[in-house]
Amino acid sequence: MLKVVFNGSVNYLQIMDETGAIDSTLFPSDLTDDKIIEMYKWMCFARALDAKALSLQRQGRLATYGPLIGEEATQVGSAMAMRASDWFVPNFRQHGVFLVRGLPLDLFFLYWKGYEEGAIIPENVKALPPIVPVASQVPHGAGLAYAQKYNKKDSAVIAYVGDGGSSEGDFYEALNFAGVFKIPLITIIENNQWAISVPRKNQTAAETLAQKGFAAGVNVLQVDGNDVVAVYKAVTDAIAHSKEKPTLIECVTYRMSMHTTADDPTKYRSDDEVALWKMKDPISRVKLYLTKKNIWSDDLEEKMDEEHKKIIDDAVDKSESVKHDPKMMFEHVYSYIPDILKEELDAAIASNFYQEEGN
Amino acid sequence: MLTNMVGALNNALELILKDDDKAIILGEDVGKDGGVFRVTDGLQAKFGPERVVDTPLAESAILGASIGMAIGGMRPIPEIQFAGFMYMGFDQLINHAARYRSRTRSTYKVPMIVRTPVSGGVKTLEHHSDSPEAYYSHIGGLMVVEPSNPYDAKGLLIRASHLDDPVIFLEPTKLYRLFKQDIPEESYEIPIGKANIVSEGDKLTIVTYGTMVPVVKDVVSKKNISAEIIDLRTINPLDEATIIESVKKTGRVVIVHEAELSFGVGAEVAARIAEKAIFELQAPIVRVGSHSFPYPFPGYENYYIPNAVKISKAIDKVLQA
Repeated sequence: MLKVVFNGSVNYLQIMDETGAIDSTLFPSDLTDDKIIEMYKWMCFARALDAKALSLQRQGRLATYGPLIGEEATQVGSAMAMRASDWFVPNFRQHGVFLVRGLPLDLFFLYWKGYEEGAIIPENVKALPPIVPVASQVPHGAGLAYAQKYNKKDSAVIAYVGDGGSSEGDFYEALNFAGVFKIPLITIIENNQWAISVPRKNQTAAETLAQKGFAAGVNVLQVDGNDVVAVYKAVTDAIAHSKEKPTLIECVTYRMSMHTTADDPTKYRSDDEVALWKMKDPISRVKLYLTKKNIWSDDLEEKMDEEHKKIIDDAVDKSESVKHDPKMMFEHVYSYIPDILKEELDAAIASNFYQEEGN
Repeated sequence: MLTNMVGALNNALELILKDDDKAIILGEDVGKDGGVFRVTDGLQAKFGPERVVDTPLAESAILGASIGMAIGGMRPIPEIQFAGFMYMGFDQLINHAARYRSRTRSTYKVPMIVRTPVSGGVKTLEHHSDSPEAYYSHIGGLMVVEPSNPYDAKGLLIRASHLDDPVIFLEPTKLYRLFKQDIPEESYEIPIGKANIVSEGDKLTIVTYGTMVPVVKDVVSKKNISAEIIDLRTINPLDEATIIESVKKTGRVVIVHEAELSFGVGAEVAARIAEKAIFELQAPIVRVGSHSFPYPFPGYENYYIPNAVKISKAIDKVLQA
């Protein structure tokens, strides 16, 4: 006997195309013009923040930094779909999600300057701190989602991972765990086409990254990750169904810049490829939409840019005025300071943490 | 109640789950089967499948999800079936469990107890007999505990459930059913970070823990020597003070563990004695451990693990120096 025992297909969702034209049959009914303006502003804000961070890094005022430019729609669209009660679990590039969720920006700069104080996430942001080991955060998302269900909370957990991360065992293990326990985990693959220098096609022979969800028995969807409206709708729907089944959403986007400030993308990809993706820019299409509708102007744009600049500059100032205390390193290892660690701390304090005079 | 270590741990887990409704047990075969060593036997029937959870076979997910649960306000008690399989989740312990508290300046804590059977001597298949305590102690941020008897096992486990720290709880397979003790039925705690002086003596200090404790006790009793036996009970944070105090009294030291000799806990203990009490020593320190290569197939384990002969020779060497 030979018979088909499983059939699967992956839908692709796009609502606003590159020209700003809308597919009205799919357009979310709760999405007012005001809300689209809000999305536009957040995306511009995220891009401005990113530019500032990059500039500070080049001046030696931040450590290594991973830019988000090009991925604003995936981040802002998903963040705006979250309810106040929902958690998110980032990797290291979700600056735009943190921004929309209200992370004070001085913390963002502190983190990227290389200080743990920047990972003190305020309670209302409902996020884990940036997580660097690739895909290892997705199991944390699964556990957090288990806790929401266990504690009977009306909240979902949105975990982010990259296209490279979807090759990791932890990605599959977490999805599989979520599928078995039917916990409210929504995993977003922010597929920006490049894992440092390795292109998406060398990451897997699978036609889509979304279809990997079939192996874990979760809902799957592929979305135009440069379409903020589509991402918003996909994540809103996934949250609405999160009590019944976890969802995997692949957002197809593009990393317009380097992986981090430590690499040079011209070494491994062509300018032509970058130019093609520039035409699919997530912010331009929304501006075209708003301009066509006559609800946006250069004056408004200028005013917005000034507001963002002021908030960003103030946050930089605040982050640079923080006094750092190496004693804190010892105080947060365990719930108390054990004797053998106390001895190291006392010796360090007595010797000014072994710094040369004047430091 | 008269019980072996399996019974003591089972009893402790029951008390923890009764006392704290945010505590759950999760792992492979921990539910209906009660764990491959029966440590969680009967608990799923008492507390239900949401609190004693059979997970998919995926160590990294078990440990990574436990971290997420802990941050989400729960107290997960994951079981990893054998210490040799825990390396699949090593990243979660080293990169995350050990660091969440410090990297968020205590915004997020990871109160969880990772239980796993360790060490050999019971003729198990390959990869079922590792003694990994040094790996988990080296990084800092993880507490590492290893009881050597039923009484300590129960008290240490209950203590661990009252801490907001990740605790790696190592259970010597060989000691699970080796002997019984009369232990209290009610809840009690043994402090973490405090060694136990098993027997007092003034000629020699023997620092040991886990499977080697009963072996050392036998050797000392047969040799009829005045040895101070220290059972570390907690590997990290190490109770240095108890060790140094004893060494100052005896002036002679043997350190005995089942883990491989090189780069192990013995090296750490010896180094601390050298730093703090070298001029009190009347003889060089001697370490006893398994040979410095990975655990062999069970057929050869008797040539690998330290035994009474090896420990006795080490004692003679230190006493005669």
